[in-house]
Amino acid sequence: MTVQLPLTRNIHADRRPTDLQAYEQNGGYQALRKAIPGMPPADCLQTVVDSHLRGRGGAGFPTGMKWSFVPMGENASPGHKYLICNADEMEPGAFKDRLLLECDPHQLVEGMILAAYTLQADIAYIFIRPEYLLATERLNQAIADCHRKGYLGKNILGSDFSLDLYVHVSAGRYICGEETALISALEGKRANPRAKPPFPQVSGLWGRPTIVNNVETLCNIPHIIEHGAQWFIGLGVSEDAGTKLYGVSGRVRNPGCWELPMGTPIREILEHRAGGMEDGYALRGLLPGGGSTDFLVPEHLDLPMDYSAIGKAGSRMGTGTIIILDDRTCPVAFVKNLIDFFAQESCGFCTPCRDGLPWSGQVLEDIENGRGRPEDLETLERQVSFIGAIGNTHCALAPGAMEPLQSALHYFREDFEKHIDDGRCPYGEPH
Amino acid sequence: MNNERIPVLTELELSEIDAELAHVPYRSAAAIDAMRIVQRHRGWVSDESLQAIARHLEMSADELDGIATFYTLIFRRPVGEKVILLCNSVTCWMKGCDKLQRRITEKLGIGLAETTPDQRYTFLPISCLGACDKAPVMMVGDDLYENLAEQTLDEVFRS
Repeated sequence: MTVQLPLTRNIHADRRPTDLQAYEQNGGYQALRKAIPGMPPADCLQTVVDSHLRGRGGAGFPTGMKWSFVPMGENASPGHKYLICNADEMEPGAFKDRLLLECDPHQLVEGMILAAYTLQADIAYIFIRPEYLLATERLNQAIADCHRKGYLGKNILGSDFSLDLYVHVSAGRYICGEETALISALEGKRANPRAKPPFPQVSGLWGRPTIVNNVETLCNIPHIIEHGAQWFIGLGVSEDAGTKLYGVSGRVRNPGCWELPMGTPIREILEHRAGGMEDGYALRGLLPGGGSTDFLVPEHLDLPMDYSAIGKAGSRMGTGTIIILDDRTCPVAFVKNLIDFFAQESCGFCTPCRDGLPWSGQVLEDIENGRGRPEDLETLERQVSFIGAIGNTHCALAPGAMEPLQSALHYFREDFEKHIDDGRCPYGEPH
Repeated sequence: MNNERIPVLTELELSEIDAELAHVPYRSAAAIDAMRIVQRHRGWVSDESLQAIARHLEMSADELDGIATFYTLIFRRPVGEKVILLCNSVTCWMKGCDKLQRRITEKLGIGLAETTPDQRYTFLPISCLGACDKAPVMMVGDDLYENLAEQTLDEVFRS
């Protein structure tokens, strides 16, 4: 029987790391040995395209298509090509990449070697947030072990493919997780996102072709290369392929992170994995994929957690890490916390984001503190349509910030109105 | 700028910065790494350090400061021996981080962005630490503390 939950097969309950020896004993680096010398880069690319793998960082863009925009062969100008792993996990509510980085660093490294080989990139970076100290230490160890073993460096496995892999430790700021901002940060600059086009695949790091992929995305690559596209598609139980790391945080009995077939119903994740709500708390709503996704409500519990179904319900699967809003937490204050986060983390380049988000935060603060006026709801609606419109800003930070706000105004409107009518928040401080 | 007053970076700092320079195409590309290296040795990046780094990277001190002040974890003011990073993002907020913040202030006598008079701790808020299943969480120095309760704080900050 082939593996059904590939991403977490080396991850133990006590979260001890899987070292090179244990990783290899469990079949690690077999995908690399299959690709080099057995599969030319074009075959690897086709396999990833056929697997229907979609980016696990939040946007869900098809990985194979993203890779296919990198100029190859005769179309490639001489010089470096870069692969970057985005390990800057900072979305409120997201804690899945930490698990992969800390517990099975070789899975990511093998995924990156295979991705770089496919793209014929000769330099790769892992861009990691500075708070992930344990992950950084284990990645550096994994990279050193790979150099000793000939999986990294010059002429990998005796081929003419060479790759250097570096860990770049960031210095903070959520915006660094946006791929063009990440590139700016890696170049040693302020992490301002860039207008596209040009896309990074053509002109990215230091003006060279660059691919930026999320940790979980890259961790899927060895398994896809080893077992094939059809196997990967077969892992999902709905329209999307593969497995997914789902997480739940908030007032549930057993918060955590689990690998499940893509398309597992939300109800199963919440009730069977997270153990249902804590005693004394009821489910009011949930953000399916981190702080920048629209609320879903109890009527959506039977939806499959995948890109298409959650998209059709008006939200996004995002990172797949669910945040629970319970019935004893104020929805206005909940959204205010998120808006304050996005306002603080704005890079400040585009006006709707720099000036709009603090304005939204101020209106929400007034409502929360009993100083709200009826016309404030119209102001918030206007902000949602202006700040939330794609194209008014270089990147998706501000539109993402508007997602929980717009859906809260829709699903929890009576809460906003009650704050304004009564001149006070009917909920107490969280405890 | 009076060049004679600029302190020389230590040999160790220089060698660590030069190791970064070895794999970037131009010197200013190592700006963030260089500041992190100096901060690791000195705790923070003073005006004098900033000027020395800028000179070594062949860029202006003002340009480097524009980069330094963008990033939350480059410190341009002195900090205590250990920095307390208390997560205040949504899950930790729901699980009571405001209460924990008040308790820390009560225990150590410092509010956010302040340092204890004995220079042991600096207290800062931090955006989501990526451990939401163990909320509320904080870091003290290099250590992550999960499932925090007010009693845990008493143990961590026992003097």
